[in-house]
Amino acid sequence: MSGAPQVALPRWVDIGLMPVINLVQALLVAGLVVLVIGVNPIDAMRIMAWGAVYDSVAISYTLYYATDFVFTGLAVAVAFHAGLFNIGGEGQAYVAGLGATLAILLLDGYLPGILLIPIGLIAAMVFGAGWALVPAYLQAYRGSHIVITTIMFNFIAASLMVYVASDLLRAPGDMLPSSREFAPAAYLPHVHDLAALLGFQMHSTPLNLSILWAAACCVFVWVFIWRTRWGYAIRAVGLSPKAAVYAGISPKGVIMVAMCLSGALAAGVALNQIIGYHHRLLLDFVAGAGFTGIAVALMGRNHPVGIVLSAILFGALYQGGAELAFEIPTITRDMIVAMQGLVILFSGALAYMNRPWIARLYAMFDRRAVLAEAA
Amino acid sequence: MKTLMQAAFAAGAFCLAASTALADPAVVYDAGGKFDKSFNEAAYNGIEKFKAETGTSYLEFEVQADAQREQAFRKMAQRGADPIIGIGFSQESAIKKVAAEFPNIRFAIIDSVVDLPNVQSIVFKEQEGSYLVGVLAALASKTGKVGFVGGMDIPLISRFQCGYAQGAKAANPNVEVIGNMTGTTPAAWNDPTRGAELAKGQFDRGVDVVFAAAGGTGTGVYQAAKDAGKLAIGVDSNQNHLQPGTMLTSMLKRVDVAVYESAKAAKEGNWKPGVTVLGLKEGGVDWALDEHNKSLITDDMKTKVEAAKADIVSGKVAVHDYMSDNSCPM
Repeated sequence: MSGAPQVALPRWVDIGLMPVINLVQALLVAGLVVLVIGVNPIDAMRIMAWGAVYDSVAISYTLYYATDFVFTGLAVAVAFHAGLFNIGGEGQAYVAGLGATLAILLLDGYLPGILLIPIGLIAAMVFGAGWALVPAYLQAYRGSHIVITTIMFNFIAASLMVYVASDLLRAPGDMLPSSREFAPAAYLPHVHDLAALLGFQMHSTPLNLSILWAAACCVFVWVFIWRTRWGYAIRAVGLSPKAAVYAGISPKGVIMVAMCLSGALAAGVALNQIIGYHHRLLLDFVAGAGFTGIAVALMGRNHPVGIVLSAILFGALYQGGAELAFEIPTITRDMIVAMQGLVILFSGALAYMNRPWIARLYAMFDRRAVLAEAA
Repeated sequence: MKTLMQAAFAAGAFCLAASTALADPAVVYDAGGKFDKSFNEAAYNGIEKFKAETGTSYLEFEVQADAQREQAFRKMAQRGADPIIGIGFSQESAIKKVAAEFPNIRFAIIDSVVDLPNVQSIVFKEQEGSYLVGVLAALASKTGKVGFVGGMDIPLISRFQCGYAQGAKAANPNVEVIGNMTGTTPAAWNDPTRGAELAKGQFDRGVDVVFAAAGGTGTGVYQAAKDAGKLAIGVDSNQNHLQPGTMLTSMLKRVDVAVYESAKAAKEGNWKPGVTVLGLKEGGVDWALDEHNKSLITDDMKTKVEAAKADIVSGKVAVHDYMSDNSCPM
């Protein structure tokens, strides 16, 4: 690949065309898999795409899944701007759920929802940031690589939560390892409840107001990264730590801030799942959103707008995937996971695989344009 | 462009509506998946039997994440599936919610109780079946030590263990029962490696018959028993064929019968809501005897276990239910 011309591609190619090509490639391979088990891939794709948008229920589920991916995508993106690869969104969101649960379990007998929910969210953010703080410290002051430590912290979080949910918070005689259900005051309102207040009839879905928090987080991240001194410092460290030091920026402090912010953003998953839907601590409520967030951030090119778009795409894949498993029984849930995995592989891990040939192609067209102008 | 969009919408709506089925039963499996060789597979066998006998097709869904449970039941209900059978106690909160939204559709739940007028709750007296295999284990043991490997550490599994211990003690008052649980999370239902380790640990302590009530984890226990030349007891489905010569018997929990009966009753119009408790008397639990284990069961054992069965059915022997007081007197 060394012969590939390293031309600067225009933005629409980089952030628009390349993700689409990645997606098409993933769907082609997924289509082959579907074909092998004897299902018409066009039908399967149609059910999957249609299943994500065909009515208000499907759209609500798509957005409900997408909300999680916005949080974890932003978390990965903020760390990425500081040159850090935070693989620990899963664990940070998981532990954030513990923070939210503990705060609400302690207070739901005394406070109204208007106080409970913000307190729960703040507790979640503190716990999420705290869980990111240790790997950040180890990276900043001890040089332990953040990729390794955040991965390990995911495992520690999983074990910790199993212990907490099954040994500390489980009600006696209860089968499920979970905390007790919160008092209704602590439920974050569902979108269908609000619609009913306004006179619209909507089917009951898990979509809740955490989607507004996700929107607020997007705006915040954009302002923070591109319009504040701290954001400038983070981007400077991400581009070149040495140059940043020369400019008087301490990479250590930047690493700590970026990672804590990352953990606090991932805590939004706890708002969506624990306060917004399950209303109690459940094992594995993050369900892989932390890892999907990596692909979402890569595909969204670490920009809030891109992250929202790719989060909706992944939300649609989750919702459409459930529809597909429902409609075509020969496509099992494991095949759905494989298809989602292909999209993550192509748009995440192989995001820049196509860059060389697209660049070559683009250079060819570009030269023609230049020649035409000269003639 | 507009007509194209409309055409696309119509095509999509058609493909989603095409398979709409009215009054066909539906099964929602638990996270273990329908081919777990144990609990969920028993449900699958039950609904397949119903399909084969009546020619009625059915809808099914395997739950992958907790968020999908409610969605699955609601979709089944919107399709007009009836009855909708949820497999496993984890479906409780989803059924509670969706059954209240669709009062005209009948629901059933296995292994848990949902108190609604359109829900049939089917629970088993696992302690009674476990008692019988406990009797057999104690009779087959030469060392006087029998083992138990549970799946996830929940009251339901302690109920198996307690009945098993009671049966073993009834057959041989000096028998020692050694028990282990695989874990505290749902992953414990599918961890054959750990199951094998726990079984080996018990063999080292002198156990020579081990009962696994652990879903997919059991396969590891049976393999370990085979490797060590010990005996093992299967659970839920008849697992005697898995390791012939090693499997002393299986404690049958007839989830297949429960699913079959519920679907059939709904079709024939004699379906009833409320709690159905299936014990030995109702044929809901039992021990398994077939060509794979008949050489291991002596006539004496058979006589004694059948006597114990008769005593439980007649009420002469009461098997303690762990879940009635969350403790085991054994």
